[in-house]
Amino acid sequence: MVKDVLIEKREIMYRDALNEALKEEMARDDKVFIMGEGIAQRGGSYKVTVGLLEQFGKKRVFDTPISENGFTGAGIGAALTGMRPVVEILFIDFTMLILDQLINQAAKFRFMSGDTASVPLVLRTQGGVGNGLAAQHSQSLEALFYHIPGLKVVMPSTPYDAKGLLKAAIRCDDPVIFIEHKLLYMNKGEVPGGEYIIPLGQADIKRTGTDLTIIAWSGMVPKVMQAAEILAKEGISAEVVDPRSLVPLDKMTIINSVKKTEHVLIVQEAARRGGVGSDISSIIQEEAFDYIDSPVKILGGLNTPCPFNLNLEKVVIPQVEDIIRAAKEVIYAV
Amino acid sequence: MKKYTKDFLISLYTTMYKIRNFEEQAIKLYRDGLIRGYFHPYLGEEAIATGVCAAMDSHDYITSTHRGHGHCLAWGADLKRMFSEVLGRENGYCKGLGGSMHIADYTKNNLGANGIVGSGVPIAVGAALGISIRNEKHMVSTFISDGGSGIGSFLEGLNLASAWKLPVLFVIENNQYAVSTPIEESTGETELYKRGIGFGVESIRIDGNDVIEVYKTAKSFADRCKNGQGPFLMECITFRKSGHHVNDPGLYLPKEKLEHFKLHDPLIIGKKHLTSSAGLSEAEISEIEKQAMAEIMEAIDFAVKSPEMSEEKFLKFVEEY
Repeated sequence: MVKDVLIEKREIMYRDALNEALKEEMARDDKVFIMGEGIAQRGGSYKVTVGLLEQFGKKRVFDTPISENGFTGAGIGAALTGMRPVVEILFIDFTMLILDQLINQAAKFRFMSGDTASVPLVLRTQGGVGNGLAAQHSQSLEALFYHIPGLKVVMPSTPYDAKGLLKAAIRCDDPVIFIEHKLLYMNKGEVPGGEYIIPLGQADIKRTGTDLTIIAWSGMVPKVMQAAEILAKEGISAEVVDPRSLVPLDKMTIINSVKKTEHVLIVQEAARRGGVGSDISSIIQEEAFDYIDSPVKILGGLNTPCPFNLNLEKVVIPQVEDIIRAAKEVIYAV
Repeated sequence: MKKYTKDFLISLYTTMYKIRNFEEQAIKLYRDGLIRGYFHPYLGEEAIATGVCAAMDSHDYITSTHRGHGHCLAWGADLKRMFSEVLGRENGYCKGLGGSMHIADYTKNNLGANGIVGSGVPIAVGAALGISIRNEKHMVSTFISDGGSGIGSFLEGLNLASAWKLPVLFVIENNQYAVSTPIEESTGETELYKRGIGFGVESIRIDGNDVIEVYKTAKSFADRCKNGQGPFLMECITFRKSGHHVNDPGLYLPKEKLEHFKLHDPLIIGKKHLTSSAGLSEAEISEIEKQAMAEIMEAIDFAVKSPEMSEEKFLKFVEEY
């Protein structure tokens, strides 16, 4: 009761939660600075960095040329020498331009230096299908980064998670790729007024259930939650587990849920082939094989680039009805 | 020529001599099977690292290249830990996990060699960005080669440093070959300093085998960087005295160029400075060389006897990955 009085109850948007996290961390630590394309005066394409230039000045909030590889490298150099940069890459598709700096450089320094260097860099970007953004602005590429030792991969699905995880990412001493979802920015959710941190590597059970575990992250979580509502009405009780960070991955929460429900559906927006879902599935088979009652099912995007046409765009990534259908397949093992 | 102190000239020569002999002894260790993997000697280019690093101070930063031993030694690296690292031993700079292409000393602002050509450049720009954000009066030198002067990382780094007026000195070591491809086949503009001018960066081309010329140029640019006038670029003409790496005999290197640079050698030129400007005798120079050589042999002995990281320790180290 006392707690409820102290913590202000309010709902804010995902983008505002991210904005608060940046503001709080920049106020707390003057080593934190942000750079990216159009993030200063303009406040970012998705309004995440609005007001930061005014509050922290142009030394710590500035625009970059269109030079992703260059300024990501600059972020790494600054991180190696004591700063805590938050670098924004406008679309995850553009991270293909920075793979050398991220994978060959940032991910390797702690290791190659024999633990004498660290790269406390946060790379904020956003991915996923939007509304008609076509093949070069709609990708879900987390599996690429998930595969690389030395990188942490964070993918928040709610405003609450976005804020707490971004703060943890900024305080992390290793490079974090923080992947937002372009369709989540305007979503509202409860975010308490006070300061809080969500440690990386802690999954969240978004909905408890007994019949089936549905594992999903980022933009798929709201869809899975809708599907779970509908399934509940039909008498199927789904537990929704959101790993929130893929690296580190909270295996224990996943395995415990699987042991309880004995049925697993993994839903990913990314193309089905070689996705993170496949790895989570293999972990479940290795660690909870005796508990599962039917094959682990992965519902993923089609193995195709994203079409521009809006109707076809819906075809390539899982929709609520697809999730419901897949859940029933798992339950009834059809 | 400006008068330099005898001690200063001796220190420049000693550094070059140590780099030369570090490489030559390491090649022997390689032939004996004690050093494995890739090993890119800095033979023939010693004056550049030596002159540039002498113009900087310990609060500044460097980034190096895959041909990086010279930069590390010129920056003041300990010979024992250098040999230990290239031998893969635990008391090397990176505990034997980095090796020749990744030697770094983050505790002393050496941000390391780099196995990817050009990739150290944006990192150097970032170190300078940190300096600028913190309002410090330090600078960063980033070494790059002619082979790296066409890659995006270098060109983007040059543009960023120019756009943000950062205290960076770009040092192009133009040894005229990208692995085995001569510069004339790599670019339509072989006067590489002009790349800097194209980005609005004051740039100059100098003789990279004369340590005094390198030092003088670097000192002026480093000081101006610290006064907020950076960035700058210096193209240092030099020549790789050997193949790309230790297993490349460099048969494609033209005889006439080899002959020319055999005489126009950084150590021969450095020695001339010692005799003409500092008035040292041959015997005095021999004594300096003898001492440096003794240090090298002692360091090799130390490294060869040093332990390697155990499997248990390694697995503990990577647990969090």
